[in-house]
Parts: sequence; structure tokens; C-alpha cells
Amino acid sequence: MSSAQSSTQWLSLPVITALMTTVIAVVLPHTLHLPLWVTAAYFILCAWRYLLARQGRLPPPRWLRITLTVAATIGVLLTFGSITGRNAGVALLALMTALKLLELRDKRDTLITLYLCYFLAATQFLFDQSLPFLLYLLGVVWLTTAVLISVSRQTAVGRPWRYAGTAAKLLLQAVPVMVVLFILVPRVSGPLWGLPDDAHGGVTGLSDSMSPGSISQLSQSDAVAFRVEFDGEPPAADQRYWRGPVLDAYDGRTWSRGEAQDFGDPPEGILRGSPTDYTVYLQPHNQVWLLALDLPGAPPKDARLTAAAEVKANSRIYETTRYRLRSYTEHTLEPRLGESQRRRLTSLPEGVHPRTRALAGRWREQAADDRGVVQRALRHFREEPFVYTLQPPRLGADTMDEFLFETRRGFCEHYAGAFTVLMRAAGIPARVVTGYQGGERHPDAGYMIVRQSSAHAWAEVWLPDGGWQRFDPTAAVSPARVESGLGGAVSQDEPVPAMARLGESWVKDLRLQWDRVNALWDRWVLGYGPELQQEVLSHLGLASWQRTAMAMATVLGVVLAVIAFILLGGRERRPRDPAARSYQLLGRKLARAGYPPRASEGPRDYLARITRERPEWRAELQHIVDLYVALRYGSASHPHWQRELRQRVAAFRPR
Amino acid sequence: MTAVYGRLQTLLEGWMRRRSRESTPPIRLRYRRVYILPTRNGWLFVVLLTAMWLGAVNYSNSMIFILVFLLVGVSVVSILHTFANLVNVSVTMGRVEPVFAGDPLFFPVRLHNPSSKARIAVGLRMAREPQGFTDLPPNGDGIVHVERPTQRRGPVRLTRFDVFTTFPLGLFVAWSPVWIAAEGLAFPRPETGSVPPPSGGAGAGTGDLRTEGSEDFAGLRRYRPGDPVRHIAWKSGHARELQTKRFAAEGASRLWMDYERTAVNGVEARLSRLCRWILDAESEGQSFGLRLPGLEIPPDHGPRHSRRCLEALARFGS
Repeated sequence: MSSAQSSTQWLSLPVITALMTTVIAVVLPHTLHLPLWVTAAYFILCAWRYLLARQGRLPPPRWLRITLTVAATIGVLLTFGSITGRNAGVALLALMTALKLLELRDKRDTLITLYLCYFLAATQFLFDQSLPFLLYLLGVVWLTTAVLISVSRQTAVGRPWRYAGTAAKLLLQAVPVMVVLFILVPRVSGPLWGLPDDAHGGVTGLSDSMSPGSISQLSQSDAVAFRVEFDGEPPAADQRYWRGPVLDAYDGRTWSRGEAQDFGDPPEGILRGSPTDYTVYLQPHNQVWLLALDLPGAPPKDARLTAAAEVKANSRIYETTRYRLRSYTEHTLEPRLGESQRRRLTSLPEGVHPRTRALAGRWREQAADDRGVVQRALRHFREEPFVYTLQPPRLGADTMDEFLFETRRGFCEHYAGAFTVLMRAAGIPARVVTGYQGGERHPDAGYMIVRQSSAHAWAEVWLPDGGWQRFDPTAAVSPARVESGLGGAVSQDEPVPAMARLGESWVKDLRLQWDRVNALWDRWVLGYGPELQQEVLSHLGLASWQRTAMAMATVLGVVLAVIAFILLGGRERRPRDPAARSYQLLGRKLARAGYPPRASEGPRDYLARITRERPEWRAELQHIVDLYVALRYGSASHPHWQRELRQRVAAFRPR
Repeated sequence: MTAVYGRLQTLLEGWMRRRSRESTPPIRLRYRRVYILPTRNGWLFVVLLTAMWLGAVNYSNSMIFILVFLLVGVSVVSILHTFANLVNVSVTMGRVEPVFAGDPLFFPVRLHNPSSKARIAVGLRMAREPQGFTDLPPNGDGIVHVERPTQRRGPVRLTRFDVFTTFPLGLFVAWSPVWIAAEGLAFPRPETGSVPPPSGGAGAGTGDLRTEGSEDFAGLRRYRPGDPVRHIAWKSGHARELQTKRFAAEGASRLWMDYERTAVNGVEARLSRLCRWILDAESEGQSFGLRLPGLEIPPDHGPRHSRRCLEALARFGS
């Protein structure tokens, strides 16, 4: 069969329509991040192809298609500066799929387009791995498979929707195979080759610098930052400080991480009190920070403790990551501080914040010791009319002086920054710690959810008698922030995300239930990497790869045997036609009496053969066979014949 | 290298043949004689899945793993579906209509589906070339015609073909080799152009020849297809059957077509001319006999007679 001759037959309008629906469904989620021109070009190309098919016209000539392909490639190159990154790759793949539609000539082109659809569906997961997305894309895979079946079929293609049932059957039967492979196929820790720079984008989280506005922006998101399961009771609300990057370099506006932290040894520390053990399920944030309850003990595997007691993973967190930690809420961190360290941690840029420095100088003179200065500063924040708000006014040239003496409205980064500057100006070593403060307990499941809206910054001050001590100036301004979270701390008209608001509502309740599903999903599916697999396999007693392979072969064998039985064993099914069912029953009765029907034998021959040997059955059998033949092959039929046949067969007792 | 490949092919063929056992129709395609392998598209799909899997590993993306494993599952399950779409179909041969040399012969292969599930897009192929497809309804039949070209007269045998299917996904092909004895016949191609009429039957053995022919009415007989229209006894008043008037000439004026008296040389040329004569005589409803070296068919007329004569020509010398 040459392609030209058959193309008109199978590339019918319904097939084209189904194909267009598939390629549009598969690209729809991509439109969220594709450049507008790529989306537009995609839809225009699809519409063009559809119109050509409707009017029964030929696809555009070769030179035009080549020109368009080159143009698309150049367009992607100009937009992204590359054609290989994640975003550029997906844009190019989408455009090529749409261009492939234009050159549909034979069945093979169509099949390749559909294979590309599977691939485009897969790339979607590089952007979003949430549960609703999976469901949508499974629908797309279903559609693609149905169209694939209708196109691969060599006889009359018909309407592709007819194969939705077959496709669903295939997919449902494939699910057990998928589950077995997902659990048992050994996971290699990636990446196999360098990931493009934009491999993981669009994820929010803490960064390793802080300037006015950076955390308040983060706080407006309801997204889950991480979930925590405590082995025992969780610590009290005012102890839930989740330590992230520690910032000790200051340029007059922005706090950032000094590089010294990465090279020093883990700090000398004395941890006291009863430890808190917990497991964190961290959402991907594209950074290296593993959030830890202040103050963590030994780091988990594949991570280390920096000189500033931050837990830093060896590679960036691109997927849901699980780690266990032990923290001590009572501690003495770094009881001795070297002279150079001390100098660095009390330094401020030359010539900035004159009024702030003057204030700190006054406190220094009044106070007996460092601790006195700290208390004075906290009292200042508590007693002066400072306002805690998500929407602070913009600050001008000297941010700190303006904030402390004029606007007095700020979010936690303003207070933590100002407090640290004041300490340093008074000659006390101080630094900013960023992370999260708080977390809500899931009312039913018991785990704790920490959202981006709990992002926070506080200060650490080094005191000769106790090492680094945590002070939270925000708590001095707004004690409610620490006790009941963001929702209780700012006024009602501020843009607080829904889940951070106080009070109960059914929406909140529903979202908490949904969070529970997501928590399981994140934990068992998204977080199913080499480590969790190792744990699961050893739990199943499949420690060695030989055993795993054996288990895989066995389970797959059983699964496939069951499917094969369903597909192949269904031959001797009960006929639909009641007359045929009655006749089958008669055959079984006669078979028990020693006269089984032969496959090649019609009802009349069967009757003749039996009555030759058993003439006494003739009258009854003749009746039955006449009825059966009339019902099966006759043109007229009466409903009561059916009943009569059934009753006669039931009453017939060959002995 | 090719020798080794050829030898392997032969071994494989022999092995499949031994497994096939049955060779008299109807041939049931039982489990043991149905084979299954990936198609070209199947391999392409493997490449696609491998690429997706590498992507999943590289980005440590659980969702892509799910999708890849789901598609692996779909392909594996489709093996069973493809197999089930073919197994237990039975094969019989239909009657092959003879043709004239140069025209293609069509071998009708009847496929029967004994199960209550429809079989979709079951096809035949010879030497990897698909010949056609058909759908088989539950407990129903379908026919696929295998087309064989004929270059010269004589019998054409169909000895081996595959019944195959790639439904549903086209990733795997299930096939069963069938050895079946089916023969089609190609008659010699009738000569065209101005062909001289047969040289009567002068000197022919049986009876005297009365060329003046159809003058003397000699009674009525039942109409036979091929009788000239002008000989039909419209007024005979017979209620059911047409009657043909018999004339003295018909009974006696027997035309003999003799291989030795065709006035051309060469075996095929002679047979061609004989073929032309037979067809002409047949269309005129004339009675004739055929003489070939070593074979004599007594004069008669009607389609069955012509057919017998044409078959003799086709098989001549073989």
C-alpha cells in the first residue's frame, strides 16, 4: 500500500480534528510559560492545517515549510539566546510539533507527531509536578493513545473517539506495570549530564541575600515551603525558628552571605536540654539550604554544617527532599570568638547611617554591658511607635536612618536589619538570620506545614557569656507575629495570603485536606528517589539487586498473566442471545448424557445424529430445535417462543 | 555473511514449519504458531521512551518516571492485545478464478473469527509486503485477496503467506506463517488482431463435414448459454424453458481446433491462437473439439467445455 493512495482514506477530517485536539490539549499547560509569540505561532499553524484539511487542500510546499522551520529556530534562538535550555528546548519542540502537522503526508508522519505529543506531555513535568497536573496530562495521554490507535489501524479508520475505550483499557492495564516499575526499577541519582541554567525555574524560596522588601514579597505566597513530622511534641510557637541562610555582610542596603562561612569548620557549640527529632519534607527551592529548627546538631547525609551553623546540602534542591534532623532549643553557639571574626562582625560600611550610629553610641555609653545595649534596643522597638506591616513605604537614600527615625513602618527584614546595624554600631558582633518562623499543625494528620508566608528574618548577637544569642526585634514590635503568625500580626486590610489568616473557614479546611493528599504525594511519589527506594526495598526484603530483579520478574509475570487471561480466556463466554444460551444449555445436558455437540454441526444435523440413536427423544428435541432455528435464523419471532424454548430446555431430562 | 543469514533463515523457516503441523484447511492459528516482534515504529517508540527516561533521570523527575513507566506498561500490554487479536483465527482458501496470462490472479483467503470479540485489521502479507486487511466481526468472516501477477500461462501456486496484525498500537506485529496448497491458473493470453479462423476440421477424424450448416431444422433442445439468439425457438410455447432450434449442421459440423494446424510456429503462439479460437467459438455458441499432442477433447459446447479446453491449454506441456 503506497502512502499516496491511502492518505486520503485515513487522513480524514475526523482524524485531523482529533489530532488537532490532541496537539492543542498537550500544549495548553505550556502556554503558561511559553513566550507569547510561540503560543500564537503554534495555534496559527494548527488552525492553518485544520483549514487546509477542511477544504481538502494540499499541505504547503516544501520550501515554505523549510523557511518556517528555519524562522522558528532563529526566533527561539533570539528569544532565549540558545536552543538547548529547558525553556528554549520546550519552545522549539512545540514549534516543531506544529510544523510537523503541516507536512502530514503519510501515516508515519502522523505517528511521529503523536509520539512528539507524548514527549511534550513529559516536558510539562519539568515545570509543574503537582497532582492536578498529572491528572490533566493523564487525560492527554489517554487522548493521544486513542488517536494513535485509530491512526495505526489499517482498515477503515473511522472516528478516533471510538477507540477511547480501547485506549482506556490499555492504560488501565498498564497501571500495575507502571507501579511495579516505579517502585522497583533502580533509581540513579542524576544528573547524568550538566543541566541547563534554566532547568528549574519559577520556584519561590529564600535567597541568600536580603534587602528591604525581599521577605515581605515572599510572605505573600501561600505555597508550602516544607512540612515537618515531629517524633514527639513539637516545640512551643515561640521556639519555632527555622534556620536558613545566615547573612553577615552588609553594604549599606543589602545583607548577604559572607564567603568565610563556607570555609570555616563547623562551629564549636554546646547543645543542652532535651533534643527534638523531626523529619522535614522540603519543597524544591533551587537553593542549597536545608531548613533546620534552631539549633541543629549533626547534619543529615549529603549535607554539612557551615561555620554559621547553617545546614547546607551538597547540591541544589530541585525535587522534594526528605531529611531527618535533631535540634536543641537550648544551646551555646561559638563560646569564643576570634579577634578577626569580631572585627568583621562589627564592621559597617564607611559613612552610612549617621543618625543610627549616633543612637547606638548613646546606648553604648548608657549601658553597663553588651546585654544592656541589647535590652535597650529591644525596648526602643517596643516603646517607640513602630508598625509591623507588609506594605512599608519606599525608602530613599539612607534606608536605615529613614526607617528608624522617619517612616517607622516595616516588615521583619527592616527590623532584623536595623537591629543588627544598631548592634554593630555599638561594637557588638551581630548578624542577620533568615528562615521561617512558625508553622501550623495539620488538625488531622498532625504534621506541621510551614508556608512561604512564614518567611522571617531575625538577628543573632554574640555575647561574651553565652555565645550567639537569638533576638527577634519583630517580636518586640508585634508579639502576635511569633505567637499566632502573620495573620494575627498585621492589620486586616493587608495582603495576607488566605491560609495565613486567622480563623476557621470551610475553604481553609478543604485546603488542609488537600494539603494532606499533597503531603502523601510529595512524600511517596515526588520524593521517591534513590534513598527512599533503598529504604522501601530493604523494608520489602529486597536488599540485593538480584532479589529486586527476581521480584520484578515475578510480579510483572503475574500481572501480565492476569491480563492475558482476561484477554484470551474470554472465548467461552455466555452468548448474548437468550436462544443461543438455551441451546448451549441443551448441548451441555446432552453432553452429560453422552452426546456432546460437535463444532462443525448445525442444530439439524445434531438432532438427526441423536435421534438415530435415541428415537425416544425425537418429539421433544424436534420441538426445541424448531424453536431454536426459528428464533435464531427465522425472520419472524414472538416473545413467547423465547420463553417456551427456555422452559422446554429446562424441562428436558435426557437419561 | 549473506550465506550464514540465508542458512539461518532456512533453519528458522523449517522450525516454524514443524511447529505449524496443520496444513489442510481450515488452518487454525493456535498459540504455538503465532509469533510476535516489535515493528519499526515499535523500535522508534523504544528510542522515544529511552530519551524520556534519560530526561527523567537527569532531572530526577518522578512524574516523568511515572509517564515513562506508564508508556512502557502500555507497550507491554499491547503485546498481549496484538497477540489476542490474531490467535485462533482460522484460515481457508476460496476458489481462485483463472485469468489470462499477464493479468493478476487473486487468491481469496477467508479468515474466520471464532471468538466473541471482534478482530480488527487482520492482514495478509507475502515476503513482508502487505496484501490487504480486513476486520472480522465476532464469530464472523472476512476475505483478503492475495494478488499474484502472472507473466505466462500455467498454474500459479500460493504456498506460504503470513496472517498478521499490528492492532492496536502498531508497536508490535503478531504473525503466523501459513503453508497452504492453493493453485490458480493462467490461461494463455488470447491472440489479438486479425486472427485467421480455424481451418475447419478438414481431414479431421470424426464424421463428415457439412459446412453448409444451419439450414436443415433437426428438432428442439433445451437452451444452453451461448446458443445464438437467432436459433432460439421463441414460439415453441414451452412454459418454463427456452428452446433452441437444432439444425442438421450443428450436430455434424464439428469444428476441430488442432494444435498442429494453427498456421503459426512456436508453442506459445499456437496456444495463443487456440485460445482465441476457443473464446470466439464460445461466444458464437459453436461446437468444437480440441486436439493437442497427446490429448483430444471431443467436440461439445458451452462454458464448461470451453473452460476444460482452456485449462488443457494452460497446462499443456507441464
